[in-house]
Amino acid sequence: MLVLAARRLASMILIMLVISVMLFVFFEGDKLNLAMRVLGPYSTMEGRLQWLADNGYNRPLIERYFSWLFGFLTGDWNRSAQFSAPVLKFLAPRLANTAILAGCVFVITVAISLVLGVLSGIREASLRDRTITVISVLTTSIPEFASATFLVAIFVFWLNWLPGSSSFSSGFSWVELILPVATLVIYNFGYYTRMTRASMAEVMSSQYVRTAILKGLPYNRVILRHALRNALIAPFTVMILQLNYLLSGVVVTEVFFAYDGYGKALVDAAQYGDVYLILAGAMVAVVVAVISQFISDIGYTFLNPRIRFA
Amino acid sequence: MATPVLECKNVSISYYTRAGEVPAVYDFNLTINQGEAVGIVGESGCGKSTVALAIMQYMGKNGAVTAGEIRFLGRDMRTMSQEELRQIRGSQISMVYQEPMASLNPSMLIRDQLIEVPRYHESISTEAATKRAIELLEAVRLPDPMRIMNSYPHQLSGGQQQRVVIAMALLSKPKLLLLDEPTTALDVTVEAGVVELIKDISKRFGTSMIYISHNLGLILETCDRICVMYSGQAVELGSVKQVFDEMRHPYTRGLFSSIPLPGTDRYAHPLVPIRGQLPLPRDRPTGCTFGPRCDFFVAGRCDKPIPMLDVKGDPGHEARCVRYDEIDWVKHRPKGVEMTPLEPGPPVLQVHDMKKYYEIRDTSIGAILSRKPPRYVKANEKLDFEAREAETVAVVGESGCGKTTFAKVLMGLESSTSGEVLVNGVEVGKLPVRSRKPGLISSLQIVFQNPFETLNPSHSVGAQIGRVLKKFGVARTRQEIEQKTYELLDLVKLPREFAFRKPRQLSGGQKQRIGIARAFGGNASVVVADEPVSALDVSVQAAVTGLLTDIQRKKRTTMVFISHDLSVVRYLADRIVVMYLGRIMEQGTTDQVFAPPYHPYTEALLSAVPIADTSVKKKHIVLKGELPSPVNPPPGCPFQTRCPRKIGAICETELPTVKELAPGHKIMCHLPDDVLRAMEPVIEFGKKPEGANA
Amino acid sequence: MTDAVAATTQRPSSFGRILRAIGLLRESPIGIFGLILVSFWVIMAIFADVLPIRDPLAQSAPDLLKPMFSPAPDGGYYWLGTDDKGRDILSRLIFGSRLVLFWSTLATVVAYLVGMLMGVAAGYRGGWWDEVLSFIGNIFLAFPQMVLYIVLLSQLSPESPLGQVLAEAGFSKTVAKGLTIVLAIMLGTAPQVMRIVRGIVLDLKTRDYIAAAEVRGETPFYIMIVELLPNARGPLIVDACLRMGYVTIAIAALGFLGLGLPPPDPDWGKMISEVRGYGPMGGNAMLWPAVAISSLVLGLNLLADGVREISLRD
Repeated sequence: MLVLAARRLASMILIMLVISVMLFVFFEGDKLNLAMRVLGPYSTMEGRLQWLADNGYNRPLIERYFSWLFGFLTGDWNRSAQFSAPVLKFLAPRLANTAILAGCVFVITVAISLVLGVLSGIREASLRDRTITVISVLTTSIPEFASATFLVAIFVFWLNWLPGSSSFSSGFSWVELILPVATLVIYNFGYYTRMTRASMAEVMSSQYVRTAILKGLPYNRVILRHALRNALIAPFTVMILQLNYLLSGVVVTEVFFAYDGYGKALVDAAQYGDVYLILAGAMVAVVVAVISQFISDIGYTFLNPRIRFA
Repeated sequence: MATPVLECKNVSISYYTRAGEVPAVYDFNLTINQGEAVGIVGESGCGKSTVALAIMQYMGKNGAVTAGEIRFLGRDMRTMSQEELRQIRGSQISMVYQEPMASLNPSMLIRDQLIEVPRYHESISTEAATKRAIELLEAVRLPDPMRIMNSYPHQLSGGQQQRVVIAMALLSKPKLLLLDEPTTALDVTVEAGVVELIKDISKRFGTSMIYISHNLGLILETCDRICVMYSGQAVELGSVKQVFDEMRHPYTRGLFSSIPLPGTDRYAHPLVPIRGQLPLPRDRPTGCTFGPRCDFFVAGRCDKPIPMLDVKGDPGHEARCVRYDEIDWVKHRPKGVEMTPLEPGPPVLQVHDMKKYYEIRDTSIGAILSRKPPRYVKANEKLDFEAREAETVAVVGESGCGKTTFAKVLMGLESSTSGEVLVNGVEVGKLPVRSRKPGLISSLQIVFQNPFETLNPSHSVGAQIGRVLKKFGVARTRQEIEQKTYELLDLVKLPREFAFRKPRQLSGGQKQRIGIARAFGGNASVVVADEPVSALDVSVQAAVTGLLTDIQRKKRTTMVFISHDLSVVRYLADRIVVMYLGRIMEQGTTDQVFAPPYHPYTEALLSAVPIADTSVKKKHIVLKGELPSPVNPPPGCPFQTRCPRKIGAICETELPTVKELAPGHKIMCHLPDDVLRAMEPVIEFGKKPEGANA
Repeated sequence: MTDAVAATTQRPSSFGRILRAIGLLRESPIGIFGLILVSFWVIMAIFADVLPIRDPLAQSAPDLLKPMFSPAPDGGYYWLGTDDKGRDILSRLIFGSRLVLFWSTLATVVAYLVGMLMGVAAGYRGGWWDEVLSFIGNIFLAFPQMVLYIVLLSQLSPESPLGQVLAEAGFSKTVAKGLTIVLAIMLGTAPQVMRIVRGIVLDLKTRDYIAAAEVRGETPFYIMIVELLPNARGPLIVDACLRMGYVTIAIAALGFLGLGLPPPDPDWGKMISEVRGYGPMGGNAMLWPAVAISSLVLGLNLLADGVREISLRD
């Protein structure tokens, strides 16, 4: 178990290192282009060369990589050209905002989809199962920017119940959080639900559940003790893994609702060409994703005695 | 008279599919009395497992009992509420399943899975339930019950798992125990132990049993009465003695004629396959379901529905055949696939000191740091044997004995570690298939085990045969390929239009025939047959083995027949190689291996094979323990951990030398020659009663 | 039943096979509904030029953000209203379907080709092939997809080396951008396809017919293409439908974020973002593209469900 965790950890670090090299080369490999991006398209060639020389860009790429990596690890993420501020200082509060959004969405989505998925998978092809399945196909077919449109049309333009923008312009507000969270939950819960349903249905048709029923156990005991645990192993681990996909949606949703988070910052940076901000943002996303993968792997091992006691 | 434990009266069971109602079982009658063991035997799709699930009232969402009564202790189970059923299941009626691993919950300790049975049925305390569970684990002869209690299912071997399932079924002292192919997934020597346990159950616990199996030999060993099923109906019912010795239904008769019994001989009394194949449920004939395959079919009488008839003068014996008293059961001798003895030619396949080791790479950081030497699985150790032209050499052994590894080396899918494997004098052991010349490739071919995987489902049969012909350089132009494809289909006795069919339109036996055609597509001089019939139904097996040996002998091909089934091997092999944990324990001609002196492992193996013949007397040798893992074989003689004839420390420390007791008969054992020679035969024939099967 | 089928078995033409597949789908109502939705947009895309609709790019200054059924100066109606530049939303949706379908199909096909080859190679060859290919896959899978797209598209601008190569090859600005998007989507999607294919292949390669091909000396390439891939088609068709839905969403989302095809082409995602700032006045113009994309993706998802339902039956 420990050995396994150590190995996963090693490969996780390797992946992150390789990605950091790739991102670094992708963004900083072409020095002149970098200088142009940082100083703007109207800067002179001399100015760019001077800037490169001043900032140590004439060192070999490998040396620059290590000094950048060291900087990244110690919190020196360079300065954002767009906002003229250190990237870390700019990004930190936005990451916190995104964490609030994603955290709410994750908790609500997991709760809804586990309940619906289990209810649906217990009796395959029942009316309840069909209804839940249709609803989840329907909602997963509506991308975030579309469902956000529908939600805004109904709750903002028509009913006038909720604010249409979530920029927290007058401080944090739960009310402003409702629509972004709802948007993301609607798009994501369907997939999780279907996954849970599939897993539950598979377990319910397994031979050991048949054994449990034919042992004469009460139905509740069969479901709670025999079926649930086995049925939840797969969805639970995949859900953590899917944090990745959740983040994709977060980007779109933040832009739609002008939610001042990581995703919106990244998109703004991309449109402006703010290299350091994108680079740092990408690194943060990868770190989060790889760590969630690691947790999911370890969780799977922990939940599954067949691997734990192999 | 006491109420029977179970009474099935005119039971019909159907499944509802999108094509409509499919009757799975109809007009089924069976009575089981206190302490009685009844066997239900039949081929796949005959409805035997459906009967078991109907008795449990567990038909899934698309199955239902459509007519009749299933009375348990006099009460019709169809009228019981779900709660009443729940109280009966597991406490009054319990069940043992075919696949023990899948039947146990993978994420619960055995302890929890056991004690919940009495806890929920008898509301006793956890301590009392635990005590009971341990008692039962002891009763099913599991060593170290405490360890088993605290294990997860995957930590036990298959045999142990099945014993746990049996213990679980017995925990609340049921009146009726249903066993659905309980040993099919187990190795022969492990099976023998479980069967012995099952025989013991009814005696010790007074439990009535229904034993479902496709294996007549197992029914003979475990049951008092037998019900033979064919295509959804019971066709014959009676005591084991009545049905085995005086069968009165042509299907039963056909079954017995198509399984290799110790008395059958491929020259004198060849096997008689049942022609045709099982009808699909919706194509069943209106009259006798066996009619289209029956030699005694008479139009006008056999083509209307036939009831179960009492056999006159033989109380308790019933048969579903209107002509049962017209057929001369003694005189009727259908012709089998006849063969004439052949003189084998020069050696074609020579294996000398062949070894195949697999390295287990431990890539953990700890292992790399400590520089542990790599470990090896010794899949094949010092294999040494020959096969001559037109000869059939059988390689026999249980799982993990290395027989399949040897086939892979021969076919070039793996390379040998050392030693020689010569085919017509050419070394092939270290020659991967991609570096072999087309001529060599086509001269070495294989028939695979699983008919459902042997053909690529995406391509037509003709395309697959054609590809082989092209690859082997047998045919080049399109016409040539087409012509040769048809010839091969003729060779395996299939209609030519099969060339246009997709594999899913073929039955298992037909697929296996295509597999044979493919193997003989080139001019194979050695064909490996890897359990070619073990996945087929009994009535089809005889036809396929007959065809295989027929072609092989006509073409004077050498055949290496890999099998775990000693009965089949005895029937068709010229010589036999017995393997255990990667080593050859014994080899010799078929007669030499089947008669004493034996290697103790061969002796146990012979005794473990169930034989469907009431006249055969068998010595009972049940091996202790489980098959050791080939990763971690015991020191000394590989068989010493289970050997009933172990003589002492020498077995544990020293590998025995191979001694030749008669020309060609080699045994690897520490037992002195005189002890070996003094062994008694495992199988003895008694006098056959009148009218018995040949 | 099998005999009856076999008796009439002749090698059917590929067109016949497609018809038969649609015939099979008949038994799944949701599959048929999905097929209808998808076909609707495909037909709209094909016949956009011949349909009696306005020029999707024609602006009309007096007709900004008109609601549904507003009369147009040419005597007709703006059936679905107009956008912030007075363009007819209905025509923009129909011409937009062309863009959406073309680019998402292309991106899906490219991603599938690459992912399938990688997956078969990794699954069948195993060993180092598997290690290396899986590692490459894992690198791209470590990114949240949208972040990967943003990273790639922000750097692969028309001024970047790739952009210059595309411009020199004579591609228009729109096509060059489209191809860049296809590349980005391929990098994000192919590893997922690879994962699925690899899993299927790992299962299939233990089958005896693969061993049979090996023992008759077939090359790995032949085995991968002829023996393995055709047997993976069932689950892959289902996955491809779903995947195409995701790709469609991704492309539209990029449009919405302003990273998609350049204006003034009627990209559905961009149509939403263009009017997002107008508050309730832009409600109508925002709603229709959202309905359009949802219906197309829903169609693809239902189609996938239908195909899966049918394939599980046999």
